[in-house]
Amino acid sequence: MIGLDVIARGQTARIVAVDWVAFVPEEAKRLQALGVEPGAMVSVAHRGIFAGRDPLALRIGRMVVAVRRVHARAISVTPEGPA
Amino acid sequence: MSIPRTMALVGNPNAGKSALFNALTGARQKIANYPGVTVERKAGRLVLPSGEPVELLDLPGSYALDAASPDEEVTRRVVMGEQPGQARPQVLVLVLDAANLEQHLVFAQEVIALGRPVVVALNMIDMAERDGLVLDPAALQSALGVPVVPTVAVRKRGLAELLAALEQAGRDGVTAPPPAVAQQLTGTERRLSARMMAQRAVLAESGAHRLHTRLDSVLLHPWAGPPILFALLFVMFQAVFAWATPFADALEGVVGWLTGLAEAFIPAGLPRDLLTQGVLAGVGSVVVFLPQIVILFAFILLMEQSGYMARAAYIMDRMMAGVGLSGRSFIPLLSSFACAIPGIMATRAIADPKDRLTTIMIAPLMTCSARLPVYAVIIAAFIPARNIGGGIGLQGTVLFALYVAGIVGALVVAWVMRRSVAKGGASGFIMEMPRYQWPSLRDITIGLWQRAWVFLRRAGTIIFTVTVALWLLLSFPQAGPGEDQVDASIAGHIANGLAVVVEPIGFNRDMALALIPAMAAREVAVSSLATTYAVAAEDEDSTAVALEQQLAARWTLPMALAFLAWFVFAPQCLSTIAVTRRETNGWKWPIVMLLYLFVLAYVAAGITYWLALAAGL
Repeated sequence: MIGLDVIARGQTARIVAVDWVAFVPEEAKRLQALGVEPGAMVSVAHRGIFAGRDPLALRIGRMVVAVRRVHARAISVTPEGPA
Repeated sequence: MSIPRTMALVGNPNAGKSALFNALTGARQKIANYPGVTVERKAGRLVLPSGEPVELLDLPGSYALDAASPDEEVTRRVVMGEQPGQARPQVLVLVLDAANLEQHLVFAQEVIALGRPVVVALNMIDMAERDGLVLDPAALQSALGVPVVPTVAVRKRGLAELLAALEQAGRDGVTAPPPAVAQQLTGTERRLSARMMAQRAVLAESGAHRLHTRLDSVLLHPWAGPPILFALLFVMFQAVFAWATPFADALEGVVGWLTGLAEAFIPAGLPRDLLTQGVLAGVGSVVVFLPQIVILFAFILLMEQSGYMARAAYIMDRMMAGVGLSGRSFIPLLSSFACAIPGIMATRAIADPKDRLTTIMIAPLMTCSARLPVYAVIIAAFIPARNIGGGIGLQGTVLFALYVAGIVGALVVAWVMRRSVAKGGASGFIMEMPRYQWPSLRDITIGLWQRAWVFLRRAGTIIFTVTVALWLLLSFPQAGPGEDQVDASIAGHIANGLAVVVEPIGFNRDMALALIPAMAAREVAVSSLATTYAVAAEDEDSTAVALEQQLAARWTLPMALAFLAWFVFAPQCLSTIAVTRRETNGWKWPIVMLLYLFVLAYVAAGITYWLALAAGL
């Protein structure tokens, strides 16, 4: 189990836990509405600008969602092979 | 006549709701605010097959009825019939993105479970087909228990069927939703059932949006993305200057022709002066900037509709994080380049209150289109139309520099605010990147028409009134023989008093005179100067000389640059102050805004003036 912020670009992973304390309530609501919850499959589609590696663009289902690295770290995943 | 019934469009953000709204109502739209809140109330009129007119509302996009932002709260209240002054919609049109059913069906179930009459518009079905999805609307209809109509809003496909379904739903009234949808479910359960419904409605699926992925891998590329964005913004500002010129010249020609007509047919005297020096010189000098404003809005609308705006927010997030904001603030700030008022209203999508306050406070530093006339006229008068290589004009570059100065100022102010009055933990950035879409000509045209109309209405009301009032103050009392009319007038006396204050920053009396009415609307600075010089020029028999030539003859380059610097930071129009008061629920923040902008403007103009003098300009 690793943080979503460290998986390689293009790799698919399953969310196992989300540390909701890392989010303000509105952000948590928004992420849940976008489908981020244990059991969901995600992958990192794009990462950062310049050398900053922040923010990340996650692929969830048929959607692309931007999140910051600090939030991606609060999402624990297990890698399940390449996209 | 009875009040027409109300129906409302609801759906996730990026479901194509606004395109459907435009397709259903055409240009018959009214944009206002909900009383007490500044979320835009977009209403239009559509006609049912029976001939009955209906008021259609376009509600803000929502992910859930459990609101996470002030925008979503309005949608929830209208849908529940709790919004004061707003009749509860009789039929809800639930707009779903056919290519993203799994996500959009979550909110859809929540809305259907309310037990209100609902018609589903399975929108953008052409895009879903292009993505390789084959859908079964009938399966979706039986799963949801409400009529499902496939639509392509941008091509007006499926609209007749949708209208017929609306009429039917309005007649049938409330239908009991199927038990599977009606139950009280948790978010996770709804998501699970949404996935199952989506799977049943999708008959075949092949190749997932390769085009979007490929576009994103260029436009969101860590190294290529930011230069592409900056290049696009640079082109936008160049275009505002270069493309608008022929149209602006034509409008100027019309104003000149009207002035000539008035002078030929109306006997000399005060009424003629009011018309030529007041109305035509004043209002005319502002109206000629319509082409530039339309071009600026065209770029912003294109960015929004193509889906690039969210990518721009993504690219800007890192930079905004540096001053304690997020990429989400980029969209209101970019809108503020057109006008700070919609920009400040767009901050309602920002969840974090401190983020939102900071964004509101710096929004006026983005160069709004009302400042464009001021910049344009000064630049045209003092900056030579020279090519500085590579087809890049010096005038456009100066304009770009003025915009950059505002942005840098805004970043500094945000940085200071996030470390003082709006201190707090770093905000986040969570945002859906919509699919790329070919912008529809109709939607762009309707958007441009609305903006152009607002601008012209301002020219016809606020600017007209202020200009005429200024002309009266300039024309009375009338100067005796050998006396200068502006010096003798009431306005001249006021300006002479004010000139003492602004003299240290290089401003002369005429500039001081322009600053006061510019508080009402910034572009009035131009019409004020035009009217002042039209009145002053009467003795010299040169009313017809263009404002640019008058300025070039009367001002020095350091003065002109100081005037430009002033307007980079100058306190915004009174409407912006009013919106800020409403948005921050009190007078504290608008007053802080007013003061800090005055100080910045004064200091910036002073520094510019003395530096320019020292440089021997």
